[in-house]
Amino acid sequence: MNAEPGMGCNFKAADFRSDYKPVWCPGCGDFTVLLSITKALAEINTAPEDTVVVSGIGCSSRIPAYTNCYGFHGVHGRALPLATGIKLTRPELNVLVAGGDGDGYSIGGNHFLHASRRNLDMTYIVMDNQVYGMTKGQASPTTDPNWEKGKLTPGGTGINPFQPLVIALASGANFIARSSSSDSNGTARIIMEAVRHPGFSMVQILSPCVTFRPEQREWKNMFIPAPMEATSDPAQAARRLLTDEGLYTGILYRGDRPAYQPKLESSIDDIAELDEEFSL
Amino acid sequence: MSDSSKGPQRTIGSTEELLAYSLALETEAVERFNDLADQMEMHHNYEVADLFRKLAKIEGLHIDNVNKASEGKQLPSLLAWEFEWDGGESPEGGAMEDAHYLMQPWHAIELAMHGERRAVAFFRHVADTAEDDKVLKMALELVEEEEEHVALLQEWQERFPKPDEGWDEDLDPPTILE
Repeated sequence: MNAEPGMGCNFKAADFRSDYKPVWCPGCGDFTVLLSITKALAEINTAPEDTVVVSGIGCSSRIPAYTNCYGFHGVHGRALPLATGIKLTRPELNVLVAGGDGDGYSIGGNHFLHASRRNLDMTYIVMDNQVYGMTKGQASPTTDPNWEKGKLTPGGTGINPFQPLVIALASGANFIARSSSSDSNGTARIIMEAVRHPGFSMVQILSPCVTFRPEQREWKNMFIPAPMEATSDPAQAARRLLTDEGLYTGILYRGDRPAYQPKLESSIDDIAELDEEFSL
Repeated sequence: MSDSSKGPQRTIGSTEELLAYSLALETEAVERFNDLADQMEMHHNYEVADLFRKLAKIEGLHIDNVNKASEGKQLPSLLAWEFEWDGGESPEGGAMEDAHYLMQPWHAIELAMHGERRAVAFFRHVADTAEDDKVLKMALELVEEEEEHVALLQEWQERFPKPDEGWDEDLDPPTILE
């Protein structure tokens, strides 16, 4: 469904916003991520109904309701399997999966590995704030081991944080990028490139939780645009991702694996037959 | 909040290009103020919501001015990320993370003033690096206009006392576990 670059843009970012107003805390980075997603979709230049936004549970997972696209606000950690089903049956749709670090790397961690491995043509946007915000501030898989303010982990978790981009690379993701919510335009460009790149695209967006991690307001001064072009060599990408201290932003890896898209033949003849299967 | 803002890395070569930058800057300001107004309404901070809505309306008038100045001109069509703003965000489009659900009118005006000061710095940089007389003239006019906005906001802010330290203390904070 992706229009070719240079065809002219028929949409504005506002065309992809619904009438529902976000309930996030003022100052939350997710507002800017929503703005970036809508800017990217406008530039991709396909109608809102040509995109579906799928999510799990968490603050950031409310995002499908705030877009004017098709949406599925699913169960905790299960956004990727839902999106997999949608992409398999409706390959013509742009499939965006959005959520947080807890939803994606803990509850949904196993799905994250296998979605990367399957390499269906979809984009996974993780708004990473290194905390469970909706349940009031517990340590998540990406939380620093010394963070002492989580009420369930006094003295810190003492556990090494999960390295999402390294794991995505090792599992087979075909496009890997990191961005900061403080750069809405740069993030929009990355999302657009991620959607256009074939296969499973992983975009980590560092998005501050100003309520439970107010110190993250300083993140905007810490990120550095990656000083090198994206590589297509997984070994080089691994080395870079393991040594950049999580601070480089930009497109870090562009793989060339073909996207997995099996041709499915439905065994269901009509809707009535499907209804019958679900009848009690 | 830093008020510094450099201009684009490349020199702006025509008044059309400068108007395109100006239009993007004002459009992002309107969007940001409306977003902030929505956020404040959602958190029942209606006084500040009204203030952000007013600021959005005022920025909307600036868009009208830019559109008027653009009549008969063909402005270049740039993608959102092709504008070379310092730090990636347009001068009046950033600092969303400085919003707070308990913020007061004084803070809202401070946030707006930060954007206007960045806009002054941006257009001043354009003027300083202009190689074309028409671009220089227009950039200086825009500097003057943005400086007027800063002065107006300063005047406006004086009507509100600066909140005491601890203004963001919430006796029923959302961070308490139930």
